[in-house]
Amino acid sequence: MSHTASDLTAPQARPQGRLAQRRLPRWTPLAIAVGAVLAGAGIGAGAGLGSHVQWGLIALILFVAANYTLTRAVEGRRQAKDRVATSLVYACFVLAIVPLYSLIETTVAKGVKVLNGTFLSHSMSGVLGTQPGGGIYHAIIGTLEQVGIATVIAVPIGVFTAVYLVEYGKGALAKAITFFVDVMTGIPSIVAGLFVLSFWILILGFGFSGFAGSLALTILMMPIVVRSTEEMLRLVPNELREASYALGVPKWRTIVSIVVPTSIGGIITGVVLAIARIAGETAPVLLLVFGSQVINNDPFNGPQSSLPFYIYEQYNLGNTASYDRAWGAALVLIILVMILNLIARGIARRQAPKTSGR
Amino acid sequence: MDMTQTADAPPPSPPQPSAKPETEVRERPALRAGDRLFLGLSGGSGILLLVLMAAIAGFLSYRAVNAISQDHGNFFTTFEWNTDTTPPVFGIAVLAFGTIVSSIIAMAVAVPVSIGIALFITHYAHRRIASPLAYVVDLLAAVPSIVYGLWGALFLVPHMNGLDLWLDRYFGWTYVFDQSTPGSAARSLFTVSILLAIMIVPIITNVSREVFRQVPRAHQEAALALGATRWEVVRLSVLPFARSGIISASMLGLGRALGETMAVATVLSSSSVLSLHLLDPEGGTFAQNIASHFGEATNFGRDALIAGGLVLFVITLIVNGAARLIIARRKEYSGANA
Repeated sequence: MSHTASDLTAPQARPQGRLAQRRLPRWTPLAIAVGAVLAGAGIGAGAGLGSHVQWGLIALILFVAANYTLTRAVEGRRQAKDRVATSLVYACFVLAIVPLYSLIETTVAKGVKVLNGTFLSHSMSGVLGTQPGGGIYHAIIGTLEQVGIATVIAVPIGVFTAVYLVEYGKGALAKAITFFVDVMTGIPSIVAGLFVLSFWILILGFGFSGFAGSLALTILMMPIVVRSTEEMLRLVPNELREASYALGVPKWRTIVSIVVPTSIGGIITGVVLAIARIAGETAPVLLLVFGSQVINNDPFNGPQSSLPFYIYEQYNLGNTASYDRAWGAALVLIILVMILNLIARGIARRQAPKTSGR
Repeated sequence: MDMTQTADAPPPSPPQPSAKPETEVRERPALRAGDRLFLGLSGGSGILLLVLMAAIAGFLSYRAVNAISQDHGNFFTTFEWNTDTTPPVFGIAVLAFGTIVSSIIAMAVAVPVSIGIALFITHYAHRRIASPLAYVVDLLAAVPSIVYGLWGALFLVPHMNGLDLWLDRYFGWTYVFDQSTPGSAARSLFTVSILLAIMIVPIITNVSREVFRQVPRAHQEAALALGATRWEVVRLSVLPFARSGIISASMLGLGRALGETMAVATVLSSSSVLSLHLLDPEGGTFAQNIASHFGEATNFGRDALIAGGLVLFVITLIVNGAARLIIARRKEYSGANA
């Protein structure tokens, strides 16, 4: 850090009579990039390297090196460092985009093959794991019911807790709740599943059911709802509350008719994002719902399936037909989650002017 | 509170009205019934969450103690996980090693890359590219882990073979990157780490991006006014301000990596061998162990898995608690700057 400070104050060696130091023309990086790619391809082809990733890496190293040397010679060391940092930031971006793009691309390409009306409207009943065919209807039913029940339980508790933290909470209890809600956000889904397993199934003696899965999903959902709702409630300007109190409106009526309506857009956004998050949870379903090949519309009795569980199950069958089904279900799940996210963003955007701040 | 006491219980009432000044008009019993109900509901929900946390710890411990007391190996140092033999012998040594090593490698890969992407979005990219990009990263953070698992097992594993061979050939001397059977399927801890890194990059990026965005413009403009290059602005004003935010973002990612179940369960070819050869298909993690063994576990086997889950729970509690403490410290820091 100290040498940078001296760098900043040290006068640059620049030619007399000119205000600006010498700069490379703006097209330099592009030219170096083209040169590096050509050289990388040349070296790669010359050395007989099969993988194009290696060609790319050689080109990248050449680019950074040439960029640094040239800039250092013309513009100085600080500018050269800046260029290297810029290259690295761009490289990070490319490095991360490649796998993430591949993930989406593979899922869509492989999922589209099996995605059709039959796939969406049939269960796996009577379909051998090695046969093509079958579908995800039972899994969609399971996901919708389990997530629905979890939402019905988690949202009121979550919203009320947030109301407590923002409107009432002071002192040790509120601090403890805030801390543990934060910690709870980080509970691995499999631990939540184990808890419900030990409590609901092993100790209370209930059987595997969609509802048991919902309980675990509830545990995962509540802290997310609390956090997002709390943030939204804090955005409500205090003037609104004070205006309401000044009119003699009691606190609870103020909360119900002023505070919550003002922030309702943000609250719903948070809830929808939480739903999107728990809809993809596999581990609790694996431990508590047990999986099923047939349609079970009753979440309170007997094993069900769910989309994430279905993917895992089909993957474990380990043959071409089941892999295809797994990709199909993965595509449906991604689409579901994306739609929920887009809805949440739509609501957030429509409601945004109501909140102050961001 | 006191007003209702006067209505319900006459004996203590005489001193109370005299203690309360008559001029206090805010106390209206008819309205306060609603208020009390609301306070009860909201406070009750909060307390319910606390009780739930205590219950999670309590019930997991209860079942875990049951299992560990019958364990004929040392729970912390035994390698194998044989819960169905008599006597049962199981331990978490391999699982703890796998969990911690894979998470650390994932962090080492993901944190610098995430910071790079976050900087790209906030400070380098053109606005027109930056906002859709931020949007895409947001969406990627929402992709369910099972989809990453499926992609990891069916796409990433075959594509890791080349890298594994290369690492084995040129870095085999480090022991860590030495493959026992060169060319074996890449269902190894190393592949798991890479997959975990890919999974947590969007999460760390999102949080870091928010923090970078909060860096006061004045700090950056001051640096620019001194003639700093863009990298110097980042290093002198952005990164110092965002340091604790980056740490807590990383901790969040770490918590996610530690507890990740499905992506590990699909990719890793698990075994009860504690292998420092990270490219070998050996080892396991807590969460993966639970998912893989649960199907055929007996009642006792389930208790043993719960014991493993309890250790994972404690580890994530510590990581998350630490992250929160760092964030809390930062709040005071940025409050002074506001």
